[in-house]
Amino acid sequence: MKYSETLLDHFKKPRNQGVIKDADAVGEVGNIKCGDIMKIYIKVDKDKEVIKDVKFETLGCAAAIAASSALTELAKGKTFDQALAITKDDVVAHLGGDVPAVKYHCSILAEEGLQSAITNYKNKEK
Amino acid sequence: MKNIYYDNAATTKVDDRVIAEMIPFYTEHFANPHAVHSQGQIALDAVEKARETVAKFFNCENQEIIFTAGATEGNNIAIQGVVNKFKENIHIICSAIEHPSVLETCREMKKRGVKIDYVPVDENGVVLVGKLQKLIKSNTVLVSVMYANNEVGSVQPIKEIGELIKTENEKRDKKLPLYFHTDAVQAVNYLDCDVSELNCDFLTMSGHKINGPKGIGAMFIKKGVKFSPVQFGGHQEFGVRPGTANVPGIVGLAKAIELISSEGKANFKKVKKVRDKLVKEISKIDNIKINCDLSTSLPNILNVSFLKAEGESILMMLDMEGIAISTGSACSSGSLEPSHVLSAMGRKPEWSHGSIRISLSKFNSEVEVAVFIKALSVVIEKLRKMAP
Repeated sequence: MKYSETLLDHFKKPRNQGVIKDADAVGEVGNIKCGDIMKIYIKVDKDKEVIKDVKFETLGCAAAIAASSALTELAKGKTFDQALAITKDDVVAHLGGDVPAVKYHCSILAEEGLQSAITNYKNKEK
Repeated sequence: MKNIYYDNAATTKVDDRVIAEMIPFYTEHFANPHAVHSQGQIALDAVEKARETVAKFFNCENQEIIFTAGATEGNNIAIQGVVNKFKENIHIICSAIEHPSVLETCREMKKRGVKIDYVPVDENGVVLVGKLQKLIKSNTVLVSVMYANNEVGSVQPIKEIGELIKTENEKRDKKLPLYFHTDAVQAVNYLDCDVSELNCDFLTMSGHKINGPKGIGAMFIKKGVKFSPVQFGGHQEFGVRPGTANVPGIVGLAKAIELISSEGKANFKKVKKVRDKLVKEISKIDNIKINCDLSTSLPNILNVSFLKAEGESILMMLDMEGIAISTGSACSSGSLEPSHVLSAMGRKPEWSHGSIRISLSKFNSEVEVAVFIKALSVVIEKLRKMAP
């Protein structure tokens, strides 16, 4: 198994890593049993339903950290509709496309993490 | 920056003295040792001299040593060989913490109708002999327990198991013997490998784990043990392992073994000292767990878990600092399952996912420890900060 340069770059210098203290919603996916936990924080422009800011905290392997980082880059500035359309394949493509097969679940986790944050936001606003 | 190599349980650097012994068998004495001409005979003499060196180390007869391509091949010859011999309605026991070359071979044998049982280990990764005894049935033909574990370094009660099997055999009809196989790959460097003491029927080892070359190994097969060869061809290695002998490899393996005979005790002390220093320093990091009983385990393996830091990420970050270690985390295995060894020891997933293995050799020094600990502390802090 070998990681691509792009993936390693995201691992070495993760984008948008950290906490949004006054986040409008948080999504948490994964579990300790499988080894990966991903927490996605979002700050929302309420009128436009746009993701103004997004940050992540991840416990996991290099691919999980890189996928979280890639996801935040993809999600930032997007409308909910655009953000919900982000798939695991988009995450993989953003990481240079060359993600080892056994690591695909990390990008699924990223996709689900963002969806969970948006769902939590919508439920709260109801 | 100088690299630090802490992955010696995976493979080791070849000792210069081993290489020096090997080279003439590539450049000058390259003839086929199975040829009758005198050039071939020089190679043959070297092979037989090497066999004598290895036999002396394991305290057995020369004819009881077979040169193989490594322990994976040896393990296959032992396990498949016994299964092929006794075929119908047979039962095998192996430990839950065996190397994949034993576990996967057993799994394949299961597909062929052999019943398999796995003997559990205690929290320190040591086989429970009482449980093993209970698993032995009248149709058990083979017990396979490694001498020392490659992931955590736990040393198994091989002599005790050998005695147990000897006693079982005394009660048995000679037609269906119970054999004992031990994968001694990690043990050869540091533990007593006198097969008459261990009471084993098969013992396997690899050259590349003992500062010897890759692609060569040796196995002990006790005289009179019944098994069927799994490979066919010429009649080399008493028909057990046909194929032209890897003469440079064999010569190199024997040299590596000779070096253990003369320097093994000093190396034991040396690596233990480095290991102990590592333990002392790593223990200063909070939320860690050492995955072994260090008073009884191999001196060169240190397996430690960090809470809230994932093993593969630790490995990758250390790699960026030029440090090579390995991990038992699920993410590096390709199967997404955490280490079967740590699981068998009852380690919870949150601990096994954060495990790393540091494995030393005679080439590691105390000086490296400070560099390593500094890098490790930064990495753990960084990863824990990233974790939710």
